[in-house]
Amino acid sequence: MKHALSIKDLHKTYEGRKVALSGVDLDIEEGEFFAFLGPNGAGKTTLISITCGLVQKTKGKIIVQGHDVDTEGDDAKLHIGLVPQEFNADIFTKVEDILYIQAGYYGVSRKEAKPQVEMLLEKLSLKDKRNNTPMELSGGMKRRLMIARSLVHKPTFLFLDEPSAGVDVELRLEMWKFLRELNESGVTIVLTTHYLEEAEKLCKRIAIINKGEIKRIGTMDEVRGGRPLEEVYLEITA
Amino acid sequence: MNLRQKYIAFMTIFGKEVKRSFRTWKQTFIPSIITTVLYFLIFGTFIGSQIKSIGGVSYMTFIVPGLVMMAVMMNSFQSMLSKFYFLKFQKTIQEILISPMPAWLVVFSYLSSSVFNGLLIGSLIFGSAFLFETIPVAHPFLAILVVVLVSSFFALLGLINAIYAKTFDDMNIVQTFFLTPLTYLGGIFYSIKLLPEVWQNVSHFNPILYMVNSFRYSILGFSDITITTCLLVILGGIAIAFSWVLYLFKTGRGMKA
Ligand SMILES: Nc1ncnc2c1ncn2[C@@H]1O[C@H](COP(=O)(O)OP(=O)(O)O)[C@@H](O)[C@H]1O
Ligand SMILES: [Mg+2]
Repeated sequence: MKHALSIKDLHKTYEGRKVALSGVDLDIEEGEFFAFLGPNGAGKTTLISITCGLVQKTKGKIIVQGHDVDTEGDDAKLHIGLVPQEFNADIFTKVEDILYIQAGYYGVSRKEAKPQVEMLLEKLSLKDKRNNTPMELSGGMKRRLMIARSLVHKPTFLFLDEPSAGVDVELRLEMWKFLRELNESGVTIVLTTHYLEEAEKLCKRIAIINKGEIKRIGTMDEVRGGRPLEEVYLEITA
Repeated sequence: MNLRQKYIAFMTIFGKEVKRSFRTWKQTFIPSIITTVLYFLIFGTFIGSQIKSIGGVSYMTFIVPGLVMMAVMMNSFQSMLSKFYFLKFQKTIQEILISPMPAWLVVFSYLSSSVFNGLLIGSLIFGSAFLFETIPVAHPFLAILVVVLVSSFFALLGLINAIYAKTFDDMNIVQTFFLTPLTYLGGIFYSIKLLPEVWQNVSHFNPILYMVNSFRYSILGFSDITITTCLLVILGGIAIAFSWVLYLFKTGRGMKA
């Protein structure tokens, strides 16, 4: 079976000799809902950023839907959607335009993007904010805007970097529902979190990452080994 | 991406940037027009009336091409610099970096929007010169070509500056220490034939001299340097700057950690 994502021996050392990843191996199957659990600074964002082409890797091989990011990076990118950890859209551009512009970057015209944009505005409750700029949005709305933006080009593979950070409980439940539906429709989802509950509720398979290494990977039951997840997590990340 | 997708991506960037420059027209267009009209008024009219004609035209007419070029150069440089620095600063550049657009397409699209602005500013300023004097245009198509090329070159320089800049302070160094002096010494206000020979020779190392003179030739039909030489220098500069920018995008310098 073809992997949706395959990472081999990935290393990253930032300028100033800060080691962020040291030898990560990982395979994600198509249609999976996968979580990276790990404390701050574990290397989660680095791993995602390298896969999306935002950070240069030091060493290693990454294949997305059969495309090597080094040699067929543009093909790989067509498949990926990213919800970054920090808000990064232009604060002077209207919500609706942010979505259409992002679609344009993938070669999708305004007309072609319209049904998808409308659907996303509706599903993510941004309809009445379509003509506002991000400056006029709450934190939760900004997060939803970034989710909408990541999906305008209909990626088959979605990364969400700490989607629940700073999001209130009600909104979180709504978002989980949305993500579950998305996954059921066939989109492979990988999220990072340090809320154990989020991983337990959504994901079948998880990896616990700490200090740039995957310490444990497998189905929820395999990783737990009959113990509470929290206990295992704290033991590994201590 | 196929050709159609590339075209859509191009139009997306081009459209967004042109729209932005019209939305912020007070910053994009007005300052350089006011500055240049003041130059026309002071140097062209007040002081110019005391100066003998150069090459058979009035001093006012002589300085118009150079001043139009100066506005186009500064504007192309400045707008690309601030645009891209802000994109980096706000991390919105990530929207572009995660997309499948090849680097050359991103650069070409931004460049095209800058050139569009450059042509608009050049036309507005050239038009405003007619408030003072009627200026005959010797080679109109060449004039447009020169504005396109010079605007591209300076937009590329602005882009390079933005990629290397780490702080707001870094943004002004190139302009203050290189561009402004080279521009004022680039033969806008004088013909280098009026200089002592040593300084004439030194002037030939100033790339801006070739840009000013190529435009002066297009408008007035005469210049200090032959048009072929001018165009070769400008095209060479563009080739170097474009390769440099592509290299920076390939290595992610200043954009990817
Ligand atoms: N741009 C950067 N330059 C230098 N070090 C960085 C940079 N980004 C992240 N790091 C370091 O790399 C390590 C991993 O960071 P990150 O991937 O953001 O972790 P996480 O997302 O798991 O919190 C941390 O020690 C962090 O300080
Ligand atoms: Mg992170």
